[in-house]
Amino acid sequence: MDGTAPKSSLAPLLLPATGLRFENIDKRYGRLFALRGVTLEISAGECVALAGRNGSGKTTLLRIASRLVRPSAGTLSFPDAAASSAVRPGYVGHTTMVYDELTAEENLALFAHLQHVEQPAARAESLLREVGLYDRRGSLVRTFSRGMRQRIAIARALLHRPSILLLDEPATGLDPLGFAWLVRSLRDLSASGCTIVMSLHGESEISSIATRAVRLDAGKVVEDSKSGASLHSILTFEAA
Amino acid sequence: MSLFSNTTVLLGKELRTEFRSRELLTTTAVFILVVLIMFSFAISPTAEESRAFGPGLLWLAILFAASLMLQPCFLREQTNDTLSSLRLAVSDPFAIFLAKLAANTFFLLLTELLMLPLFAVFYNIPVWPQLHYLLLVLFLGSLGVSTAGTALSAISAQARMRELLLPLLLLPILTPVLVVSAIVTVKLLDRDPAIEWKGIGFLAVFDIVFLTALWLFGEYLLEE
Amino acid sequence: MANRIILGIVAVLLVIAAAFASFYIAPVERTMGALQKIFYFHAASAWAGMDAFFLCFIANLLYVWKRNQKFDWVAVSATEVGLAFTTVVLITGPIWAKPAWGIWWTWDARLTSTFVLWLLYVSYLLLRSLIEEPDRRALLSSIFGIFAFLDVPLVYGSIRWWRTQHPQPVIMGGPGSGLEPTMAKVFFFSVLAMHVLMIFLIRERYILEQTSSEVELLQREAEAL
Repeated sequence: MDGTAPKSSLAPLLLPATGLRFENIDKRYGRLFALRGVTLEISAGECVALAGRNGSGKTTLLRIASRLVRPSAGTLSFPDAAASSAVRPGYVGHTTMVYDELTAEENLALFAHLQHVEQPAARAESLLREVGLYDRRGSLVRTFSRGMRQRIAIARALLHRPSILLLDEPATGLDPLGFAWLVRSLRDLSASGCTIVMSLHGESEISSIATRAVRLDAGKVVEDSKSGASLHSILTFEAA
Repeated sequence: MSLFSNTTVLLGKELRTEFRSRELLTTTAVFILVVLIMFSFAISPTAEESRAFGPGLLWLAILFAASLMLQPCFLREQTNDTLSSLRLAVSDPFAIFLAKLAANTFFLLLTELLMLPLFAVFYNIPVWPQLHYLLLVLFLGSLGVSTAGTALSAISAQARMRELLLPLLLLPILTPVLVVSAIVTVKLLDRDPAIEWKGIGFLAVFDIVFLTALWLFGEYLLEE
Repeated sequence: MANRIILGIVAVLLVIAAAFASFYIAPVERTMGALQKIFYFHAASAWAGMDAFFLCFIANLLYVWKRNQKFDWVAVSATEVGLAFTTVVLITGPIWAKPAWGIWWTWDARLTSTFVLWLLYVSYLLLRSLIEEPDRRALLSSIFGIFAFLDVPLVYGSIRWWRTQHPQPVIMGGPGSGLEPTMAKVFFFSVLAMHVLMIFLIRERYILEQTSSEVELLQREAEAL
């Protein structure tokens, strides 16, 4: 590293920036269409805010992007990547996605080992320091506050230094300190070139990081700031 | 190889989690004991009957205990959606199954070994002389129970009434294991012990069939 | 529609003809008398049931591979019909056993295995009833169905080799009892009749399943408006 301020260890990207492309994505659950004909292209390094009412399909879209969910129709691809199948986005969901009965350290070490991260123990430790949980590394996650739970969730998602980060309502339940930390971290990540797609409710400091906003309604893309609508109007449609 | 390393890491997690609380081990062990005792109250076997029925009852107790012990297997991955983080982290989803079935086999064997002395005492059947063969049957039988059980636990975790459903799915499937393990054990603990290699071979075939089926179809069980 | 009715009529006629053949054409068996004739329905139902379950297995494999709903419809139809035939086997067994041996049930290899088979597929239907979402239900039950069918030879093998140690009354004669030529012809005719009936029933059940899915689709579209 050069003489300037050290980059956040959350972020140094070893992989080149990658975008995502959704082509005519459908997701059907029995008689319900969670997503219908969604076509969306997100460029490498963009920070996209996904807006929409509850049940509009934001979570489903994010889970499809993370490859946890298979679309019923359509394709997901990562155009900048050499091989789409090799891309592994980081995903932060509604829950911590870590084990309550293990300590913070054990959890991160587990996921680091599974993903064959280089020097897994060291990476886990540096991430714990970065998210401010180092002094609670030996505590069971069960004992963590909401803010701490969100931090370990994000730490887990970033272990393998993903070039795409997907977050599902990351600010829910965070106290002002946790919120401030989240804003800082996402700003850093975006500045390092990480592609970010996050679902949000309303306008806030977090949404100000976004360079683009997309609104979903009943499983369809209804507004996209790329085609002219203002970010403000997309993000505040609920209040209107 | 990635599958091997992922499996060992996950197996470590399963073992660490269980040994920290020991909930499953203690409840399973006590359950087997209670069932064995209840059987002897219901039947009051004579010495000869004990020798003939005891092993069958032991295996029945193991099967009942397993169908309870396997409930949390995938249910506990639902609490914080850790199944999703596992799926994202591993390259081959079979590692998740392999780790769980290895852990389940180990837990079952452990509880069986704990119960064996008590079984020997209550049913007046000496187990020490044939211990090595007994361990072989217990291992192959438990492996079969765990393999089928882990797969079915992944299925029942996604259905309603899962506590009742798992035994209902598991017990008919495990009929061959029950039949053969019981008979091999009876012959082993007979006054004139004999090792039924055909039975051992059969159990091994059962294990291979279900391991292969799980390998082929497991990933679809985890799909969303 | 016309060919559905024709198939139904053919099936019923064949079954009636088979019944006629077994009562009037097949010779009366030496030791058991007229009671033995139940064998034609018992064994033919067993074969039809097993073939229905085999069809379910193929449908399960195809569903997992292709994810086409139609395969799931075939699977559930074949299972229900297979269970119906298997139930006939389990009922005709004791009906024969009681007058012949004085006992309702005998743990003979075939009957016991058939009973486990019956339990497996009842569990299959039970599993289906406990999963609401159709695609999930189809996928999970298909995999269980595959496991269940792979288990079938293991069930039969284990019971046949290890559960028939003690001399047991064997339902309708053991493997040694051969079929005299006329009996064999009547038997194979019964098997044919049962299979045609099986195909007819599976098809009707499939059409029922298809219709109910279409109703659901229409309902969904109506809700979307």
